[in-house]
Amino acid sequence: MTLSIWGRWALRTVMALGLLFIYLPLLLILVNSFNGDRTFAWPPHDFTTQWWSAAWRNGGARDALWTSVRAGLGATAIALVLGTMVAFAVQRFKFFGRDTVSLLIVLPIALPGIVTGIALDSAWRSVIAPLGIGKGLFSVIVGHATFCVVTVYNNVLARLRRSGVSFEEASADLGASPTQTFRYITFPLLRSALLAGGLLAFALSFDEIIVTTFTAGPGIQTLPIWIFNNLFRPNQAPVVNVVAAVLIVVSVLPVWLAQRLAGPAAGASRT
Amino acid sequence: MSFFHRHPRLRLAALLSAPMLWLVVAYLGALAVLLVSAFWTVNGFTGEVVREFSLQNFRTIVTEEVYRNVTLRSLGVAVAVTVICVLLALPMAVYMAKVASPRARHWLVIAILTPLWASYLVKAYAWRVLLANGGPLDTLVGTPGYGLFAVVIVLSYLWLPYMILPIYAGLERLPDSLLEASADLGARSGRTFRGIVLPILVPSIFAGSIFTFSLSLGDYITVQIVGGKTQLIGNLVYANVGAANNLPFAAAIATVPVLIMVVYLTAVRRSGALEEL
Repeated sequence: MTLSIWGRWALRTVMALGLLFIYLPLLLILVNSFNGDRTFAWPPHDFTTQWWSAAWRNGGARDALWTSVRAGLGATAIALVLGTMVAFAVQRFKFFGRDTVSLLIVLPIALPGIVTGIALDSAWRSVIAPLGIGKGLFSVIVGHATFCVVTVYNNVLARLRRSGVSFEEASADLGASPTQTFRYITFPLLRSALLAGGLLAFALSFDEIIVTTFTAGPGIQTLPIWIFNNLFRPNQAPVVNVVAAVLIVVSVLPVWLAQRLAGPAAGASRT
Repeated sequence: MSFFHRHPRLRLAALLSAPMLWLVVAYLGALAVLLVSAFWTVNGFTGEVVREFSLQNFRTIVTEEVYRNVTLRSLGVAVAVTVICVLLALPMAVYMAKVASPRARHWLVIAILTPLWASYLVKAYAWRVLLANGGPLDTLVGTPGYGLFAVVIVLSYLWLPYMILPIYAGLERLPDSLLEASADLGARSGRTFRGIVLPILVPSIFAGSIFTFSLSLGDYITVQIVGGKTQLIGNLVYANVGAANNLPFAAAIATVPVLIMVVYLTAVRRSGALEEL
């Protein structure tokens, strides 16, 4: 854009301030995880690594992390299967209500989390609990999978749209069975889309707190729930802070992975 | 496999049955039950749910001042957050898309994307530490403390990337030649912005606002973390599910943000915002 030198500088300043606004709070967490003072007196007077070792020894945090990973993997697996199936149906077939299907997929993430949460909770209590299946890790996975389907669906759909059917037709013309075509053509075409969608689904599940609050059975604590439960306990503050710092550092990983795999556009949309 | 191959309709049915069973029966079913239960009541004496049709919950929400105030406050917060996000996101997106060099642009996009992967809770927690009495902000300039103002700031912080990204995507599609033509015809950058950039960006801004608006309306975690005594719609729903154990009333309150979102979505749909999501 043709901008005056002042206009350029003004925009540059806003950009810099915006980035500061985004990153300063995260930086604060990282610095505070080494803050020697238990109440995070600012500016920090001495630095220590004792909170990191305390967090490492904290059984509650480690159990919660493990629960989160299991819930995330379960939800991602279901989302991968369901999301791919719907994407194929919507992209490769014409049928009545196709637009409604895509709307239905987006709905769980478009509605406020608390609505999805209490809906699943009351449905579980009135329909599934009488069958003898109480809430536990399984109900968390069901809840998470419901809103994770959309990420896989979006990624696979976009890939199917771009790649078309000519490769598969060529494969069939050359005498490959449908199974062979899927194994050697369709799946390799989809692989990176599945990975990107799966990564997003896992991240979404790993971070989710509201739906988890309503679907978790007694004793099931995912990492966000653990953080939230310990947030208001002053003597737990340093350990919570270290866990938060770890999560910030770890969050760089998927971005780096997506970069390596598919360029900057890959992680562009979380929904 | 070859049997399916010869019967495409069967193939479609096989593909759709499991996901639809999940989403329609499990999810829509659950939502429907929730909606129906909004018309039930709880026996104040025994705490049992009375499964009879009654408009009492909605009457309470409309007539009692508390609920009207909370609804208006939540709407106000959602609007304020959206406006703040637009004001911040517009210049940032313009800089990213039209001023920065391609190389810088690449890194700026990553810089905006990365915080989206950081945990929501961690970000809200960071602000709790930042805004604490005796915290960094307090030592530097003094802190507003926990309350409604803090809720607006933190929600704007949380949803800002959701506003930047669609606006940036919209700007990237805007050809530079259009801006050059405007400049050649004698328009200054301010006029080009008002006359060309802004009208083209309207669907993108609405798309971003769907995120900021809906996410702010449903939030209750941030409010609990930095809101002090502030209550928004989400908190009322949460309190009625948990402490008050009045699921029908919680369901009735929960319909308020859903209704607001439906109205909002239909209003912005004409601008083509939904295709920008």
